[in-house]
Amino acid sequence: MAENILIDIIHIIIPILIVASSFVAVYLKDLIAAAIAVAAMSLLLSLEFFILQAPDVAIAEAGVGACLTTAILVIAIRATKRMEDEA
Amino acid sequence: MSGMSKIVKTISATILPFITIYGLYIIAHGHLTPGGGFQGGAIVASGFAMIVVAFGSIWTMEKIKEKHLSIIESLGAIGFIGLAFFGLLFGAKMFFANFLVKQDVIPFFNQIGQGLSNINTAGLLPLMNLAVGLKVIAGLFAIVLVMAYATSKIKEGTAK
Repeated sequence: MAENILIDIIHIIIPILIVASSFVAVYLKDLIAAAIAVAAMSLLLSLEFFILQAPDVAIAEAGVGACLTTAILVIAIRATKRMEDEA
Repeated sequence: MSGMSKIVKTISATILPFITIYGLYIIAHGHLTPGGGFQGGAIVASGFAMIVVAFGSIWTMEKIKEKHLSIIESLGAIGFIGLAFFGLLFGAKMFFANFLVKQDVIPFFNQIGQGLSNINTAGLLPLMNLAVGLKVIAGLFAIVLVMAYATSKIKEGTAK
């Protein structure tokens, strides 16, 4: 019974953290910090997939979402400006 | 891109073999545990993408050419569809027939891997996972490498 309550609490906390890190990624003006926030969101999403008993999707999400997307974003930010303009 | 500091380079070069071995483990155990060709290939390709980010794309482009990556990718695709067409010749004589499980086409194949957690129990599936893994490794690494190389040309102001 106690395990079920713990799993329920984790099921509530992780989506809140996913939404919070997405808002942080939109809010930040430093684009590399925003890319790291997107990577954190993707990692939490893969943790949520793992808790929902889809480890296959979790591995794919962790590999593609948290690593390759971050690498591509860092490469693109290096070629342009790091800070977002105050418009 | 000229690469990052010496600390980042050392740690990336140290941790790359472990990431590669883990990805190859995911590919090789694709029929037993969660994961498979795409997932393991994505893990190995993210290790190579880490090398591209740490060492710079020009250094990486000197070591491995994009042309060779496209050859490896085509070999993965040819291996997958070739193994599928081999099913027309042996075993059940069907497209995608699994002719290597409990068979007498290749006599010693059934003895390989017995006792090592019984990894050789799926016949053709690990080979197909390996082909998909090769294709995914080469494809995703080529995407990251070409994009990094193009943006480094833009940064230097020599783009045409």
